[in-house]
Amino acid sequence: MAIGRIVIDEERCKGCALCTAACPKGLIRISGRLNGSGYHPAEIVDGEKCRGCALCAVMCPDVAIEVEKEAS
Amino acid sequence: MGKVLMKGNEAVAEAAVLSGCKYFFGYPITPQNEIPEYMSKRLPEVGGTFLQAESEISAINMVFGAAGSGARVMTSSSGPGISLKQEGISYLAGAELPCVIVNMVRGGPGLGNIGPAQSDYFQATKGGGHGDYRVIVYGPASVQELVDLTMDAFELADTYRNPVMILGDGILGQMMEPVEFSFPENSSPAPKPWSTSGARGRKRNLVTSLYIVPEELEKHCLKLKAKYDDVAAREKKHESYFADDADIILAAYGTTARICKAVVDQAREEGIRAGLIRPVSLWPFPDAPYNTAADHAAAFLAVEMSNGQMVEDVRLAVNGKKPVHFFGRTGGIVPAKAEIIAEVKKILGGGRQ
Amino acid sequence: MKKIFSRPRSMTDKPMHFCPGCTHGVIQRLIAEVIDDLGIQEDTIAIGPVGCAVFCYDYWDVDFQQASHGRAPAVATGVKRVHPDKVVFSLQGDGDIAAIGTTEIIHAAARGEKITCLFVNNSIYGMTGGQMAPTTVVGQKSTTTPRGRDRDLAGYPVKMTEMLSVLDGVVYAARVSVHNPANVLKAKKAIKKAFEVQLRGEGFSLVEILSTCPTNWGLSPLDAVRWLEKNMVPYFKLGEYKVPEEKKHEEIAVAEVAG
Ligand SMILES: Cc1ncc(C[n+]2csc(CCOP(=O)(O)OP(=O)(O)O)c2C)c(N)n1
Repeated sequence: MAIGRIVIDEERCKGCALCTAACPKGLIRISGRLNGSGYHPAEIVDGEKCRGCALCAVMCPDVAIEVEKEAS
Repeated sequence: MGKVLMKGNEAVAEAAVLSGCKYFFGYPITPQNEIPEYMSKRLPEVGGTFLQAESEISAINMVFGAAGSGARVMTSSSGPGISLKQEGISYLAGAELPCVIVNMVRGGPGLGNIGPAQSDYFQATKGGGHGDYRVIVYGPASVQELVDLTMDAFELADTYRNPVMILGDGILGQMMEPVEFSFPENSSPAPKPWSTSGARGRKRNLVTSLYIVPEELEKHCLKLKAKYDDVAAREKKHESYFADDADIILAAYGTTARICKAVVDQAREEGIRAGLIRPVSLWPFPDAPYNTAADHAAAFLAVEMSNGQMVEDVRLAVNGKKPVHFFGRTGGIVPAKAEIIAEVKKILGGGRQ
Repeated sequence: MKKIFSRPRSMTDKPMHFCPGCTHGVIQRLIAEVIDDLGIQEDTIAIGPVGCAVFCYDYWDVDFQQASHGRAPAVATGVKRVHPDKVVFSLQGDGDIAAIGTTEIIHAAARGEKITCLFVNNSIYGMTGGQMAPTTVVGQKSTTTPRGRDRDLAGYPVKMTEMLSVLDGVVYAARVSVHNPANVLKAKKAIKKAFEVQLRGEGFSLVEILSTCPTNWGLSPLDAVRWLEKNMVPYFKLGEYKVPEEKKHEEIAVAEVAG
């Protein structure tokens, strides 16, 4: 069961990949898809491993990531 | 309130305070230092703030901030300092912020000298800074008029949301004359719902001169133009002195106009029908009275403490109907009555030959 | 699950115009987060620069004035003097604050204006296309230092925070960076402290924030954050250069000497 969940707003994402380096577990990568602005948005893989640390969102320059976490 | 004897610079400052001006930002320069000095003493008495800025650039940008925050605010300077303020004035005009700017003009160009001059007319009335904008400019000719026009300036600035300039000169600033302050004390300007004060219970306000989309900037410039057209239609001011039957019409403003009045008096004594049309508003320039007078007058003579600046507006107003001559002194020298009369006689004599 | 991270309330919905990976966006968000945390959205008046942050009024839902290039501290002064009970802050780039506007920032700081100045140092002129900035590091290439900044020709980068921190009007001065999450979190703390100094009416506060410019540095966003860490952080040392407590100590020390 995932402790955390991130939601990437693909239309806001500019594919800069700063989140991919910010994730301590390396769960984020740049997708092969194109968004409406012509960027490859980031996507999460192995979402169930997300611990909701929010470091990806902290680093995102476009406020494109929302984070949810299991109340402990 | 009775008459009091006051120096021009101090009278401007007191008029501003009585108009509800609570903020003054300036930088020392002769010949206008009595304005900031007076404000530094007076503004704290009315709960206002005087701040000596680190430069005229800073001062005009402090004016921007205060004007954008809804306050009545003033700055003053002379020649070189007004040059430094020009970018800020363009921003103020672009963002449609009301404020009053006093220029007690000194001799230029460059450092020039501290003598009286009228050589900043182009700068004041034709733009001065970048972009398509206008500043309303008054050219007072007495200490009383400095007072009255300063009070009007604050009203006009608020009415049109535009900078207004008082274009004086070194003599007007230093001259002492009896004045009366007829304006009601503690005048409180109308609220400015567009100003920044913290977006409490309303949508946020934005004070800007940036319109990045060309269509939007054009729309903004057209809106400004409509405003300037409105100002031009309503706010032209002039004084006529024996102009109705004059053969020669003198054109002069400010200190020079005072001398030209004496010229008219003496000319009339000598049987020469001279008159004076004195622009009180320099922008918008009161063109109609000159054009009308051109129907009966034989010639015009513009007199300035410059090498000929306002004369161009007189020529535009007369529009080729009659010759427009020019006489000027520069360098901080005030034209003498005798030399102007000699000029008048030369023109009329030349005309009869 | 509970939402623990989302768009700050005082931010508008508008997507930001910054280039991909430019950390300007992070700074915009941090400021909005601090405004939210302190509950001051309705009491804040922001002053914008000329530079890449020129559109920041589009992203913060607060009263706003757009200043001319370099003059934001003077505009902020005018605003604060009219509204002493409001929170007034400016955001400026390195060209804005450390070149054309050096006079305005120094004197606002010296006067102890009760404003907060936030300074984004990306060591380059971003908006005009990557010319040398006063903070361009020696050897760094820009469009006007094509062979790298030459110290004999163009001298040395300006260290604003060090310079300003010696002025008595300055109560808080810190340099932070946003090149990784840990530093972003520290940057937010510094920005918050700076606002708190203003809210307590103590005086002038400044936070310099090292930021990337991938486009004009000619680097990918990930290489840009690495470049910042390697080339800017050693020269522009991070940390708090002045904190309110220090000021108190100073005053005590002076009082003791006087006594
Ligand atoms: C008086 C004036 N001079 C020059 C410019 C052109 N200009 C716009 S932004 C800028 C520099 C911006 O660099 P910086 O302040 O470092 O901000 P950045 O864009 O890097 O965020 C310049 C020189 C201007 N707008 N006004």
